[in-house]
Amino acid sequence: MNEMTTVPIAVTINQTRYDVEVKAHHTLLEVLREQLHLTGTKRSCGEGECGACTVLVNGEAVNSCLVLAAEMDGAEILTIEGLERNGELSPLQQAFLDRGAVQCGFCTPGMVMAAEYLLRTTPHPTEAEIREGLSGNLCRCTGYEGIVEAVKHAGRETDS
Amino acid sequence: MQSFKYARPESLPELLELLEKFRDRARLISGGTDLLVKLQHGNLAVEVVIDIKRVAELSDRVVTTNGWVSIGPRAVIGRVVRHPGIESAYPALVEAGRIVGSVQIRNRATVAGNICTASPAADTVPPLCAYDARIRLVSTEGSREVPLRSFFVGPGKTVIAPNEVLAEIRVPAPHGAMGSSFDRITRRRGVDLATINIAGVLHDNGTAVFAFGAVAPTVVVAEETSGDLCDPTVSADRVDEVLKTLLATARPISDVRSSKEYREAMLLVAARRVQRTALERLTQARGGRE
Ligand code: FES
Ligand code: FES
Repeated sequence: MNEMTTVPIAVTINQTRYDVEVKAHHTLLEVLREQLHLTGTKRSCGEGECGACTVLVNGEAVNSCLVLAAEMDGAEILTIEGLERNGELSPLQQAFLDRGAVQCGFCTPGMVMAAEYLLRTTPHPTEAEIREGLSGNLCRCTGYEGIVEAVKHAGRETDS
Repeated sequence: MQSFKYARPESLPELLELLEKFRDRARLISGGTDLLVKLQHGNLAVEVVIDIKRVAELSDRVVTTNGWVSIGPRAVIGRVVRHPGIESAYPALVEAGRIVGSVQIRNRATVAGNICTASPAADTVPPLCAYDARIRLVSTEGSREVPLRSFFVGPGKTVIAPNEVLAEIRVPAPHGAMGSSFDRITRRRGVDLATINIAGVLHDNGTAVFAFGAVAPTVVVAEETSGDLCDPTVSADRVDEVLKTLLATARPISDVRSSKEYREAMLLVAARRVQRTALERLTQARGGRE
């Protein structure tokens, strides 16, 4: 196989298949936002420090600013746009609203995706597990209390 | 980001051929958590990024074989630290791996990548050195094995030739009871780089191996055979004395993360903690065996 400057990839994003050509040096984040107009995923630091760009790739939470789009051929991706069901917010998203876990909202999509991953791997997390699970996500507004509450609450919800 | 080309070989021969062709104008990508940061800053002379994730010969698994644990070059840190064989026998590696970056980083970053970037602050390096891990390298010319302890040449520099690829990390299985532990000191928890990090391995026969990261341009390994560090009846003063001789080999540097003096003081604090926990684990392992 040759070295390519543009790379054809087939990805499934939020259960929709996309066949696109991406630039070899574009990140998944750039392609999501600028090429596919899925702008729910945010960019802040661009280097893995803040978690604003968190998405799930094959079920694993990753920083989409640290992944090349070219690497995503064959991958299944879940972004914040994929959480709602028929226009209804997911219980986790609703918990963020109810518990005041959103202020400016810029960290929220990444925070929700990191929390989604946490709840998938640890359905009933302790407070320490929540704080650990979200330690790769920075929020400049809320002081994290509301966010931790929201995830705790959403964890309990899945119980019933 | 700076521009470059992308290649995704489907086999090891294809990968090695690409490496022969591009040599040091190529960079390998598996997790990419470190490489992409460097590429974003545009300070690497890179013509092609070679994705190794389709190369079946480069495993993403941890396999326990006779006398060895083999960590595949594509095995991500998050998986490695949850592997039962690693969890039970190599707690220092687990403790180190658990604090690398964030959940998102650990889901993507490989142990092999942590080693190959050769950052003096790489957290998985001191435990792997203390366990005496070996690195298997392959190229079109064949294969060779290098002890991890002599793998690093300087910050960001290793003995890997431009046409070589890391094919396996081999960690010897413990002979007899062993206790080990890892600790690090940072200015804040989380995504921060280590100011100093220490791994200590205590063997049943009295040998103590300590590895210090982030104190010098490359990891420093020190061995001690008096048996005092492996003996729960030895006084704290004597332990301190032995630890200080061990620490004399680690010559801390001053840099943006902290001064030399701070590192020297903190080294002893961290070394005491590591020795104490490792000794508890050794004692437990000895008990379990009798
Ligand atoms: S934008 Fe990706 S981690 Fe900050
Ligand atoms: S709500 Fe503003 S950064 Fe988190």
